[in-house]
Amino acid sequence: MEDQPKFPDLTDAERSALEELMPDEISEIITSGMKRRHFLKLFTFTGTGLLATHLLGIEQLMARSATGNPLPPTGIENGINVSFKVNGNTQQLLLDSRMTLLDALRERLDLTGSKKGCDHGQCGACTVIIDGRRVLSCLTLAATCEDREVTTIEGLADGNKLHPMQEAFIKHDGFQCGYCTPGQICSAVALVNEAKDGEASYVTNNIRKTGKAVELSDEEIRERMSGNICRCGAYPNIVNAIREVQGDKAVAQVWQFADGTI
Amino acid sequence: MRPFKFSIAGDPETAITTVSANANAKFLGGGTNLLDLMKEDVTHPSALINITRLKHTAIEKTDNGILIGGMATNSFTANHEKIRKNYPLLSMAILAGASAQIRNMATNGGNLNQRTRCTYFYDVSMPCNKREPGSGCGALKGMNRNHAIFGWSEKCVAVYPSDMAVALSALDAVVHVQGGSTGKRTIPFADFHRLPGNNPEIDNNLKHGELITSIELPENDLADHSYYLKIRERSSYAFALVSVAAAMSLDGTKIKDVRIALGGVAHKPWRAAAAEQLLKGRDATIANFKAAATAELSKAKPLEHNKYKVKLAGDAIVRALTYALNGAGYGIEAGLHSEV
Ligand SMILES: Cc1cc2nc3c(=O)[nH]c(=O)nc-3n(C[C@H](O)[C@H](O)[C@H](O)COP(=O)(O)OP(=O)(O)OC[C@H]3O[C@@H](n4cnc5c(N)ncnc54)[C@H](O)[C@@H]3O)c2cc1C
Ligand code: SF4
Ligand code: FES
Ligand code: FES
Repeated sequence: MEDQPKFPDLTDAERSALEELMPDEISEIITSGMKRRHFLKLFTFTGTGLLATHLLGIEQLMARSATGNPLPPTGIENGINVSFKVNGNTQQLLLDSRMTLLDALRERLDLTGSKKGCDHGQCGACTVIIDGRRVLSCLTLAATCEDREVTTIEGLADGNKLHPMQEAFIKHDGFQCGYCTPGQICSAVALVNEAKDGEASYVTNNIRKTGKAVELSDEEIRERMSGNICRCGAYPNIVNAIREVQGDKAVAQVWQFADGTI
Repeated sequence: MRPFKFSIAGDPETAITTVSANANAKFLGGGTNLLDLMKEDVTHPSALINITRLKHTAIEKTDNGILIGGMATNSFTANHEKIRKNYPLLSMAILAGASAQIRNMATNGGNLNQRTRCTYFYDVSMPCNKREPGSGCGALKGMNRNHAIFGWSEKCVAVYPSDMAVALSALDAVVHVQGGSTGKRTIPFADFHRLPGNNPEIDNNLKHGELITSIELPENDLADHSYYLKIRERSSYAFALVSVAAAMSLDGTKIKDVRIALGGVAHKPWRAAAAEQLLKGRDATIANFKAAATAELSKAKPLEHNKYKVKLAGDAIVRALTYALNGAGYGIEAGLHSEV
C-alpha cells in the first residue's frame, strides 16, 4: 500500500475535503486492497458533493450489516403479518399496510439491489420477479405478497456464479452509472422466458400466430425493455447483452476490462 | 401515503360486502393506478380489499363469444390464444399500453377503472373538478395540449387513458358486474364510461361496491381486418396522444361491417359513429376512408393547445383503416411502429 500516493488524481481541494469527511473506520476499509483502488477511482470521477454522498452510503452500509436480518420495524400502522419467499428464503414480517414491496426489500430485508427511481411506476428501476413474472415493486404493496416467491437481483446468481444475463451485461458494458441495472437485468431475465413461451409484444409480427417461441430482433428487445428507463443511455449495449443470452450465440464483444484492473 | 386497513378477499361476496359497507373503501387490483394515486394523495381510501386472489381469472368460450375474467392480468389476456386468434385488436391494444411489468400486474377490471392522466388532476395544489368537485378546471384555460376534442364540458376537458378500453368499445364488449344491492347485471360497453357533463368526478356508471367480474366479447368476423394504431410522443411506454381501433369485415370489395373507436380524444373511448355510418356498404378505398375521417373530425371542438389532434386523429383513422384492410399483419413486417 505504501507505494501508492495517498489520493491519486485528486485536486488539493478534493483531497482536503476527503480527509475531513472520512471517518477512521472507512479509511481503514478503503486502504485495504482492491476496494480501496476501486473507491479512489470512483472519487476521481466524481465531484466532492457526490463524494460525501458516497461516504455516507458506505457508512450506512457498514452500520447495517452489523445489525443482522431482518431489521426491526418502526412505527407500524395497521400492521399485517406477511409470510413470503425472497430469493429462496422464507421471510416473516410484521408490516405497515402502506409498505411497498420495494421498501420492504430495501428497508426491512436489507436487499438494496432493487432501486427506487421514480417510485411511481415510470422507470422500472424497482423491477423484481414475482412467481416468475416481472413486476414493479414500487407499486406492489408488500401485504399482497403473502405466499408469493420474489426474486431480486441478489437472488439471480448461483452462489458465486453469476447469472448468464449478469455476465452478458458485464461483457457488453450494459451499464454506466449502474443505477438502473438491477431492474434492467431482472427485466431481461424475465423477457427471455416470455419470448420462449411465445408471448407477443406490440411489435410482434402477426400477433394471431401463437404457440411458437418469438425470435427477438433488436426492435422486439427494445419494445420489451421499454419499461426500464436508463438515464445514461446504455441501451445499445443492453440490447447486445440480451440478444446474446437469448440467441445463445456470441454477439461481438464491444468492451472488456483490461487485465488486472479488477 | 395515508394509513388504511388492508384485507384479502377469498370470494366476491366478501369483497363486495366489505367495500359496500364503507364509502371510503376500494377494491385493490394490480394497484398500478390506485397506489400511484394514493402516493400522490389524489385519493385516500381508508380500506383496501385485495381482489387478485378471486377466481375470476379465466378466459372461456361461451355460446356467443368469449368471457374474459375481471381479475385476469392484462398480459394473460393479451397473450391468450383465443384472444390473439379471434380478437387481435384487443391483444394489440393491451400490448400498446404501459410496459411488460405493468401489464403483468394490471387486471382487466382495474384497467377499465383507471383514472385520467390530466396533470391538474394529479397535482393536488391545482384546481380540478374531477378530484375536488367545485374547485374549477385547471386545464380548460390552462395547458390543455393532451386534452379532449370531443364531448368535453366546461367542467372538465380530460381524456380517458386506457388503450384496452378503446378496443373493447370497437368490439361492442359487455361488462359483467356483481354488486350488493343490485345483484348481477351487465353493462354494454358504450354505456360504461361517461362524458363529464356536470359531474366529471364520476368516471363511469359502476356503483360503489360493484365488482367487475368479467368482460364479454361477442363473436364477430372482424379478426382478419383489424388494427390498433397508437400515436404517442415516443415509440413506446407513453400514453396515447391519439389512438385508433379499426376493424372491418368485407364482402368482396365492399365493407360489410366496420368499427372505429378513438382513444385520447374524449372522456371515454370515442366511437366514430359518423365515420362508420359513411363507410358501411361502401367500397374499401383510401378515398372513402378519407371522407369518413373528415366526416368524423368535422364535429371536433378543439381547445386552445390541442388543435393538432384534429389533423392527427383524421390521418390516424385513415392509416388504421388502411392497415386493417391490408390485414397487414400486425407488427414489424408492416413497418408501422415507431412513427408519429
Ligand atoms: C407508468 C405507467 C404507464 C401506463 N401506460 C398506460 C398506457 O399506455 N395505456 C394504458 O391503457 N394504461 C397505461 N397505464 C395504466 C395501467 O394500465 C393501469 O394502471 C392498470 O390497467 C390498472 O389496473 P390495476 O389492476 O393495477 O388497477 P388498480 O390500480 O388496482 O385499480 C384501479 C381502480 O379500479 C378499481 N378496480 C380494480 N379492479 C376492479 C374490479 N374488478 N371491479 C371494480 N373496480 C375495480 C380499483 O378500486 C381502483 O379504483 C400505465 C400505468 C403506469 C403506472
Ligand atoms: S380536465 Fe378534468 S381532470 Fe383535468 S383539471 Fe379539468 S376537471 Fe380536472
Ligand atoms: S421506482 Fe418503480 S418504476 Fe420507478
Ligand atoms: S446506467 Fe445509469 S441509469 Fe442506467
